[in-house]
Amino acid sequence: MAQATRKKSVAKTADAAVSARIAAQSHFRTLRLGTPFQPRLDALAKTQDWYNWAGYHAPHSLWDEELEYFAIRSQAALFDISPMTKYRIEGPDAEAFLDRVTLRDVTKLRPGRVHYTAWCDDEGFVLDDGTLFRLSPTRFRLCSQERHLPWLLDSAIGFDVIVEEETEAVAGLALQGPTSFAVLRDAGFAGVEKLRVFDLAYFPHDDTSVTISRTGFTGDLGYELFVPADRALSLWDRLMAAGELRGIRAIGYTALNRARLEAGLIVANADFTTAEHAIRADRLRRPDEIGLGFMIDPRKAHFNGRRAILEARAKRRLRHVLVGLEIEGNIPAEHAIVYHRKHQEVGLVSAAMWSPMAKRNIAIASLARPYGDTVVEDLWVEIYAMRELQYQKLMKRATVVARPFIKLDRRTATPPADF
Amino acid sequence: MKAWDAIVIGGGHNGLVNACYLQRAGLDVLVVEKNGWVGGAATSREVTPGFVYSNCSYVCSLFRPEIMRDLELPRFGLQVISYEGGAVFTRDGDYLANYRDHDAHRREFARFSRRDAEAYDRYARDVTRQCRFIQPLLMRTAPDPTSFKPRDLGELLYLGKKFAGLSAEEMALTLRFWTMSISDFLDEYFETDVIKANFALSGIIGTALGPMSPGTAYVLLHHYMGEVDGSVGAWGYARGGMGAVTKALAASFKASGGTIRTGAEVDHVLVSRGKARGVVLAGGEEVYGKLVVSNADVKRTFLKLVGERELPDIFLRRVKNFKIRGSSGKVNIALDSLPEFPALPKDSPVYRGDMHFTDSMERMERAYDDWKAGRWSADPFLDMVIPTTLDPTMAPPGKHFMSCFVQYAPPKVNGRDWTDADRDGFAESVIAQIAEYSPGFRDRIVHMEVRTPREIEAEVGLTEGNIFQGELTFDQLLFNRPVPGYAQYRSPVGGLYMCGSSTHPGGGVMGAPGRNAAAEILRDLAKSTSHMSPAHDVI
Repeated sequence: MAQATRKKSVAKTADAAVSARIAAQSHFRTLRLGTPFQPRLDALAKTQDWYNWAGYHAPHSLWDEELEYFAIRSQAALFDISPMTKYRIEGPDAEAFLDRVTLRDVTKLRPGRVHYTAWCDDEGFVLDDGTLFRLSPTRFRLCSQERHLPWLLDSAIGFDVIVEEETEAVAGLALQGPTSFAVLRDAGFAGVEKLRVFDLAYFPHDDTSVTISRTGFTGDLGYELFVPADRALSLWDRLMAAGELRGIRAIGYTALNRARLEAGLIVANADFTTAEHAIRADRLRRPDEIGLGFMIDPRKAHFNGRRAILEARAKRRLRHVLVGLEIEGNIPAEHAIVYHRKHQEVGLVSAAMWSPMAKRNIAIASLARPYGDTVVEDLWVEIYAMRELQYQKLMKRATVVARPFIKLDRRTATPPADF
Repeated sequence: MKAWDAIVIGGGHNGLVNACYLQRAGLDVLVVEKNGWVGGAATSREVTPGFVYSNCSYVCSLFRPEIMRDLELPRFGLQVISYEGGAVFTRDGDYLANYRDHDAHRREFARFSRRDAEAYDRYARDVTRQCRFIQPLLMRTAPDPTSFKPRDLGELLYLGKKFAGLSAEEMALTLRFWTMSISDFLDEYFETDVIKANFALSGIIGTALGPMSPGTAYVLLHHYMGEVDGSVGAWGYARGGMGAVTKALAASFKASGGTIRTGAEVDHVLVSRGKARGVVLAGGEEVYGKLVVSNADVKRTFLKLVGERELPDIFLRRVKNFKIRGSSGKVNIALDSLPEFPALPKDSPVYRGDMHFTDSMERMERAYDDWKAGRWSADPFLDMVIPTTLDPTMAPPGKHFMSCFVQYAPPKVNGRDWTDADRDGFAESVIAQIAEYSPGFRDRIVHMEVRTPREIEAEVGLTEGNIFQGELTFDQLLFNRPVPGYAQYRSPVGGLYMCGSSTHPGGGVMGAPGRNAAAEILRDLAKSTSHMSPAHDVI
């Protein structure tokens, strides 16, 4: 009898799962999803200039990409980061698990802290980079560009840990710029002044709580806020209301991309190709080849790719290097070829711009070693500048420089200044 | 008496491709075709008034774009339209769709498994890498590893270099790919049964193997290495049906001065003193040619058209043992309206793609079990498309042509020949399966053309109705296709060449065997091949 009842309830659960699955069929009618902030973005999208960010429609710009950039550097800019892939990783073994998956030492990441990290496949090739939030001793959030559930689940074998993708359930906002602290304070997030760079804390909001971290992708004073998707709009409104007198503006990706380049930060599948998407084997990159070598801790026990990464170091098999370049003149060298002595091709620029903050022509480039590594003299970029249907070909001198290209005191000052 | 420069036996797509290239090189070429029409297995015929069927082959992807360009096929009416995706219907009233949009595809898979949804990128990367390895080999003559001719050594070196260019991991994957079962291969990426069944179907189509048979992973690759205008892996409909491919080839051939004789069945190849001199037609008429090219499969060519005494023993034995097993049938259906599938929303793009009902690996394998026992599958695997959802030329407005590729169908039923009653039983297994998912389906049927291996062999001439002119297993690929020592389109009989899918790189409406054979013939004749584009770069 008991058995029969149990059978029935199992069948019922199965039916419920099937109905839920069938109910989800209609997604094919909406190829690009709106984020939880979509109504607010729609109201501000004067340019209607959208792009596809991981299946969401995200703004390139909302009203003017140049002015949006200056909003980051002069006031406070609000950028919707909800499409970023987010994983909840929770359990007694969460720390040990993440220590095995990612490059950096997770045992050193205290609860209430965030670090920028990366993770590799077994051959030591970078799968992605991202930020790891330690929300509690046993709970983490991993944010990334690409999707990695099979890797995370496969790596979780033998660990007491739950890995769950929560991209849709959690809305995210980046609030960046000199007045961002003032906006948060005026919005009533008491105690936010205590957050140092890479700190996170919980703050009450609309009967729930919002996670605010002092992190960002701009090299400026700034914060990132995560909130359950159903409280997204009230959070937006709260920030916008508080920020009205502080010049808050919503922005699109083009402006953010400029700020991140000035900050010297790289973007997966823009500055390097992630291992699970590299069709051509020579496009794969080890951490040391894209400037992420600092994350590797050889004293750490096994982590994915450890053997291959250390072997490549020991046997000097690193073939590429990612560098910051300063290029003479003011013409951006986007996707320009880098030469040694003006004729030998040694690399490619992956991102470039005239930096309003540094007043320099800057770029990120990948070069074939030893160029950019031990040979840094006599480097040139060939810029093809299309001007009224004609290429103006320029050969400009490039100098390897340290990243970030700009360093702002306000980014790290604690408590932060009012503006 | 006139002697043609070349006689091509069989007006299938490879025969016509071969004839076109030879004619354009300045030869005087005759194509002899037993049917009253050309096309072989790539035909579109109006069997019932108002409806044009793709009678055998029904979708297009593998046909090489270099050939389309060289032979000016668009000018002669060839247009290929990509289709939109597809689906596997599940027995719980749902379906798993494949969408062209990457994110929609992921969200669809996530309905069944979030993990598998995110595993797709790695799967796609690995399959793409393997396709890129094989693609450049399609338009090259396979090297003879026993030969010390500079050209063979060069080609072997090319193969070796390509292989050596792979990383250790890729090399391992390549070897696994060429030998594994599709079921084992998919287990490396996915855990959801219906998702595996969704991909596994490309590993069994046209093959007398089940998804758990080693070697089927390569068959999947064979179906993935095509393209529609640069969109690699995409499949499309030829506008007007697959006959549009061979109609365009025939028109191109005639425009360059070639001659086609239809209704001219070849009884045998005229051989004297070890050399082919022409063909003898079924009525006894002798037609002379300086060389003869056979588009027929290797068994038909050497076991029926050429006397056994003309052939070396080992060659003969290997031809006899060449695996060319009938495994599939075809049901073409004229419908007076678009069928409805209650599981599928009315506005779903899946109606314009390929549809399937085999939602588990076990069902697929069980269908194969029936084949081994000498029966058609009681619960068959169907690859079902409705081309008229995109192609308005094949049926009157509002009416539709449905093509069902059906697997498995044995060459003989319980050891005896197919009967008409068997054929009807086979058709019923197909209709019953569709009707299960589409109520009222039977009432929409206006006409049906049912083709078991018996009908396909009788009409098209494919031995056992095998669509690839021989299994695409690793032992029958590259320099072993069709038999070792004869992989370069030549045969033991002087002046007799092969150009069908029995030769490298194998089956599907690809045209590469016909083209490669033409290149070898022109080489033997010391003629220019400057009118033949080399394979497009894979960069």
